Amino acid sequence: MAIAAVVAVAAAITWGLRALPFAALAPLRQNALLAQLRLTMPLGIMVILTIYTMSGVDATGTNLVTYGAGIVVTAALQLWKRHVSVSILVGTAVHMALTAWLG
Amino acid sequence: MDDPTPDLGPAERAFAVAAPVGLGLFPLGLAFGALVVHAGLSWWWATVFSTVVYAGSLEFLLVGMAVSGVPLAQVALSTLLVNSRHVFYALSFPLHNVDGKLAKAYATFALTDEAYAVTTSPEAQRWTSKQVIGVQVFFQVCWVGGATLGALAGSVLPLDRLDGLDFALTALFVVLAIEAYRDRPDRLTAAVAVACSVVALAISREHVLLLAFAGFTAVQVVRARRDPIVIPS
Repeated sequence: MAIAAVVAVAAAITWGLRALPFAALAPLRQNALLAQLRLTMPLGIMVILTIYTMSGVDATGTNLVTYGAGIVVTAALQLWKRHVSVSILVGTAVHMALTAWLG
Repeated sequence: MDDPTPDLGPAERAFAVAAPVGLGLFPLGLAFGALVVHAGLSWWWATVFSTVVYAGSLEFLLVGMAVSGVPLAQVALSTLLVNSRHVFYALSFPLHNVDGKLAKAYATFALTDEAYAVTTSPEAQRWTSKQVIGVQVFFQVCWVGGATLGALAGSVLPLDRLDGLDFALTALFVVLAIEAYRDRPDRLTAAVAVACSVVALAISREHVLLLAFAGFTAVQVVRARRDPIVIPS
């Protein structure tokens, strides 16, 4: 089944990424390029994923308001209180409320 | 130093560090579960994803991929890229404190961002095998429990009221981007990532992820070669 295959592939690769480096620690420590990528990749990957999650959204006025407000509220809460779950849940609630109201 | 007796002291100490994180995982699990049902999958897929894959942000991405039936190669590539950061966790996770093959296997399987953050904190440096594994099991119970309850609730509630729920994924990545920036404020990297995404969007909406990741990685490799950062060891 297709969904089971998605789960199996993702699970196997994730476990591999978490477990295999323990067997190959020494060479990883020496690699300057990897060490540098390690520092810059997290921010870049998260920015790209943020934009990717909205790649199917058309740039209509309504969407600009609902997504813009959701992002501003999420980011403001995270910068202010730094509670990951609160930022996500409140930001999503604002987006959903505006979507229900304007849509 | 190591205390193998199952006395309450060490368990309580580990729980004190882990509880706030576990309590944060639970509501996020609820949102993930609701998203699974909202995407059109049966509720128990939330349990399967959270138990078997057990990688928070990737699971959110996988739901969309599973529903739209993208090629497995894209699933594999996304997993590699999104979870590539885990490779570096081996450098400081206290696997040497975990006893037994099965426990070691689980410790690596459940080596999430949260488990890494808590087990590499100064308080956790002397944790025993039981404390490390106990915290990891506690985190996964919070996550799987939240996801399952969220999915069950989502399958009972009227789903048309949940329009916009998938924004939780966008919000998750906004939060993770802010935390990554806080960890290492680097405007150029953020700007490169935005630029690569915009160019990728202009080229093909369908392959945004692949194109943007490829472009970003290429630019970062060139930057690293030209202008090596001195890495404190």
